[in-house]
Amino acid sequence: MSLKPGEVNLGTSIMAVAFNGGVIVGADSRTTTGSYIANRVTDKLTKVHDLIYCCRSGSAADTQAVADIVQYYLQMYSVQQDEPPTVHVAATLFQEMCYQNKDQLSAGIIVAGWDKKKGGTVYNIPLGGALIQQPFAIGGSGSTYIYGYCDSQYKDNMTREECIEFVKNSLALAMSRDGSSGGVIRMAVITEKGVERLFVPGDKLPVHWQG
Amino acid sequence: MSGIGTGYDIYSSTYSPDGRLFQIEYANKAVENSGTAIGLRVKGGVVLAVEKLVQSKLVVPGSNKRILSADMHVGIVSAGLLSDGRYIAQSARDEAKSWRDNYRQPISGKSMADRLGLFVQAHTLYSSVRPLGAGTIIGTYLDGEATLYMIEPSGVYWGYHGCAVGKGKSVAKTEIEKLKLDEMSVQEAVREAARIIHTAHDEAKDKDFELEITWICEESKGKHTAVPKDIVEEAERLAKESIKSEMDDA
Repeated sequence: MSLKPGEVNLGTSIMAVAFNGGVIVGADSRTTTGSYIANRVTDKLTKVHDLIYCCRSGSAADTQAVADIVQYYLQMYSVQQDEPPTVHVAATLFQEMCYQNKDQLSAGIIVAGWDKKKGGTVYNIPLGGALIQQPFAIGGSGSTYIYGYCDSQYKDNMTREECIEFVKNSLALAMSRDGSSGGVIRMAVITEKGVERLFVPGDKLPVHWQG
Repeated sequence: MSGIGTGYDIYSSTYSPDGRLFQIEYANKAVENSGTAIGLRVKGGVVLAVEKLVQSKLVVPGSNKRILSADMHVGIVSAGLLSDGRYIAQSARDEAKSWRDNYRQPISGKSMADRLGLFVQAHTLYSSVRPLGAGTIIGTYLDGEATLYMIEPSGVYWGYHGCAVGKGKSVAKTEIEKLKLDEMSVQEAVREAARIIHTAHDEAKDKDFELEITWICEESKGKHTAVPKDIVEEAERLAKESIKSEMDDA
């Protein structure tokens, strides 16, 4: 992934986890241009429909553009079909854009949300534009440090509270090891009833071993 | 400038003073002259059937199918000009493919009916084309849910429990109205469909006909396929029997 000189990067830690009754998306808040932190309270969780969010990683400009276009498509879809789109439809639209334009984009996107058909669902769309449904997904530069942790801690059918703790701890670990991740933790709990945004300030992050 | 249309039927886009579009009404006539086609939406599936009038003894039996597939789960039967029916089915196939390309999932019956409705309506607008002389019945079955729509040459479409077009549509409709479609299995629906087509067939006016029946249901694994020969033969046998006993009663 090569950025143009001066391009804003979401050197990021993002994740999405399905739990009993919904899904949680989470992200750090650091945006960088090289070593400079362009924004320390970024919101990398982007709403594309009432109950569908995406976590963006890679180029800020690219992922914003893609998310904007998908948001427009989903709005058209829900009006024309007279029903909300499924997470699968949203993920397919993301994938189509990411795959067809893979030469020009640097975008790693996780799509997650709730729909009537499948409940809480997570789709991962990594750099080349593949589309993979997963019970949980992690992404961004920070995710490389927490694969083992996430694999060991993830459980099927977690409760809402268990899931929040899992996301919080995973992201805190990624943020402490990854220089391009940091700031605060932002989360969104998506269930049938709606979306609840959660916020963990930088001085209230869970603390693990720091040497 | 004399005769029935008195100039208001030159273009399909010209209204008559009382607000009618004659070319579309003529297209409806083309549909009314054709063999009867019906659709039944029942518990767990849809059944499509058509009375295909055999034009000549030289035609190979089973050729010139009137029931076509637009996708694995979408069946289309038309009454009227067979070529126009095929033209609409081709458009349906394009729509089904484009939907799969865009969303990686099969198109819903509602969306298919909507797209085809727009397509048929577009042919009532321009002098370069003529209104399509085909009444189209669309049956779909997806995720355990069956849909049935019918599009008229004007482009209007409605969702139905059961519907009929063509020569025998009024006979077929009164027969369909007697059925309890919501409680009926697809197997029963096949028997009823065979009976209705045989009832609607006018022995005196029309020569031979072939019965075409397809279904989409669990038994066909969610795919639009011809109903197996043995089931159709049994259904036709029962149909002839019941019609005969009705005639004997009368």
